[in-house]
Amino acid sequence: MINLMINNKKVTAREGQTILEAARDNNILIPHFCYLEGVHQVGSCRICVVEVEGAKTLQASCVTEAREGMVVRTNSEKVRKARKLVYELMLSDHPRNCLGCSRNQNCEFQKLGELMQISDFRFEGEKSKTFLDDSSPSITRDTSKCILCRRCVTVCNQIQGVGVLNVQRRGFKSVIGPADELPLNSVNCVYCGQCTTVCPVGALQEKDSTGKVWEALFDPGKRVIIQTAPAIRAALGEEFGLAPGTLVTGKMVTALREMGFNDVFDTNFTADLTILEEGTEFLQRVKAALTGKEAVLPMITSCSPGWIKFVEHTYPGELDHISTCKSPHMMLGALAKSFYAEKIGVDPKDIFVVSVMPCTAKKFEITRPEMQSTGYPDVDAVLTTRELARMIKDAGIEFTTLEDGEFDNPLGLSTGAADIFAATGGVMEAALRTVYEIVTGRELPFTGLHVTPIVGLEQVKTAELLIQDPVPEYAFLDGVTVKVAVTSGLSGARQLMDQVARGESPYHFIEVMGCPGGCISGGGQPRPTNQEIRQKRMQAIYQEDEGKELRKSHENPFVLRLYEEFLGEPLGHRSHELLHTHYTSRSRRKTEG
Amino acid sequence: MSSQGPCSCCQNETDQQKMERIGQIIEDYRHKEGNLIQILHMAQGIYGYLPMELMEFISDRLGKPLSEVHGVATFYSFFSTKPRGENTIRVCLGTACYVRGGRKIVERLQDILGIEVGETTQDQKFTLEVMRCIGACGLAPAITINDRVYKQVNPEKLQTIIEKYY
Repeated sequence: MINLMINNKKVTAREGQTILEAARDNNILIPHFCYLEGVHQVGSCRICVVEVEGAKTLQASCVTEAREGMVVRTNSEKVRKARKLVYELMLSDHPRNCLGCSRNQNCEFQKLGELMQISDFRFEGEKSKTFLDDSSPSITRDTSKCILCRRCVTVCNQIQGVGVLNVQRRGFKSVIGPADELPLNSVNCVYCGQCTTVCPVGALQEKDSTGKVWEALFDPGKRVIIQTAPAIRAALGEEFGLAPGTLVTGKMVTALREMGFNDVFDTNFTADLTILEEGTEFLQRVKAALTGKEAVLPMITSCSPGWIKFVEHTYPGELDHISTCKSPHMMLGALAKSFYAEKIGVDPKDIFVVSVMPCTAKKFEITRPEMQSTGYPDVDAVLTTRELARMIKDAGIEFTTLEDGEFDNPLGLSTGAADIFAATGGVMEAALRTVYEIVTGRELPFTGLHVTPIVGLEQVKTAELLIQDPVPEYAFLDGVTVKVAVTSGLSGARQLMDQVARGESPYHFIEVMGCPGGCISGGGQPRPTNQEIRQKRMQAIYQEDEGKELRKSHENPFVLRLYEEFLGEPLGHRSHELLHTHYTSRSRRKTEG
Repeated sequence: MSSQGPCSCCQNETDQQKMERIGQIIEDYRHKEGNLIQILHMAQGIYGYLPMELMEFISDRLGKPLSEVHGVATFYSFFSTKPRGENTIRVCLGTACYVRGGRKIVERLQDILGIEVGETTQDQKFTLEVMRCIGACGLAPAITINDRVYKQVNPEKLQTIIEKYY
């Protein structure tokens, strides 16, 4: 333990902690921009400077380690003047039309200005040349709002290992972006949107779809169907001031109904359906491999469109490993415009499907040419959790006071297995709950059905499952140890894929989610997302799972009825038409070709 | 290795051969820490400048994102992403040279060469750049052409100096 004084208060710090961290742990807040816990610590913005007795100059507290006997001031005259000056200089090259920015009142830069009571603009200097890049269907970049903190650069390079964003040029001409000012839709950006969750200002944001959705809602000729991903219910509440980890499933449904959506369906339903399709696909591949036929293993999950685009760019030779299942919300869209359209007697051209997703890559996914199985787009618009919250507020709905509502059937009921799709390890666990039972006729032998080795926020997790005494149909699996791996975040995916590409992967089945922690901390989720908040959202998801009577996808009565009435069997003809897809080999650096 | 125009040993080298040589350098430096700047430096020496295709080549071979390679290449003023002339004229605009008429020298050179600062003449003969202080304040105003320093230059002398390079 290190003893030091901050603002005349005796405090202790752990070895290696910075002044900023020591202060925070002792309830002393030091303003900061470029620093972001667990992400970024470069000392470039200088907003966090403090006075350290004996030091000649002010020190950036986010990179200066706390030392024994240090005497620190975070609010002396010198510090306050310097902090204000740095802020005002940043402000001199930042737009001041906050009302015209969707980060208004949710902006770290604005918040600090308010804190420091900036009342006039002292500096009117040159403005840097700026541009708006709205080329991509997922993410917009507005360089005029960028304060060059570089958090996005760290997330894109170190955490995701994609490396599309970096600092280009220098000094006043510095700009954060792809090489050579290339538009985002021309490079290998996977649209994961992790950059949009760490951006302190409005420089990096999801491409707005709220206008399109309002328009559909106001169109009397449209039947507007909305579906919500498993991760939304565990995070949406944060946008309304509720504590992280508060489940708002019922309130969310009620809000959507009050907004005027005709059908409120649940992507969870098609998560259950995914398990039946993907589980069957997995068993088919394993059977082929073990009976001397050709089969590509390991099979890898396909729910995360950021991950899909990453693998198309980075490992175009390994696309056969990816399950052919569409992601759950695309399945629901395709069913809404076929099965459900038929049921209610509405022409699919008059149906408008909206997906609420924790994800910015889903906005790109719906534009893929192969996602039009009825001749119309499977899904017409994707809203992020943040966008949905904006719409609910705009509609004048007092979210926190709403009564609980229930999803509509026949595409609304789900088992607990579907809920856990939201967190890393969840898709694998849901698949194992079903596959193990199909193969052995017995329930998955883990306490509470949780495959504990693959639960949690570690980057790469693995588990083994010995198959003994299977049912006769799967006799060839007797004594086989099924090996699975789970990862979230694309750096982890790279580790597992390098193994696959070398032909050395020991696994049969791999789950990849593009964002660290899985969809609970996807690129479209409320800000901020940090490890503590991830943990709470994950707990909420498991709580939702455990609270359900049905916890295995193959027990979902509406899924079973869908097969009886419409699809036939998993991997059948209709499934192939509506629920499965193919992938595109892309160049390492470019989106097209 | 000089960055100012192609070096004498590789005048007749094809682009293909240059790329191969750069590829070899990348192999040699692959495992050295902080290798990107060195590789860009040598690549510019061989190729004369760093066009996008060359940065893409380096990015692919080194397994580093293009945004990083381009970021470094556009950070250091030593690197050029546009073709450079056979000769580089640099006008000092440090304090001493500036007060003794450096700005006029820049203007005169722009007239003579028909280009702006940072550009290269159409015949690929000259690239014009400005610098802040080359440490020759006693000789102000000074310019350099390649590695040679010209002292106390006045605008009238410039035509004669430049003609020496044709």
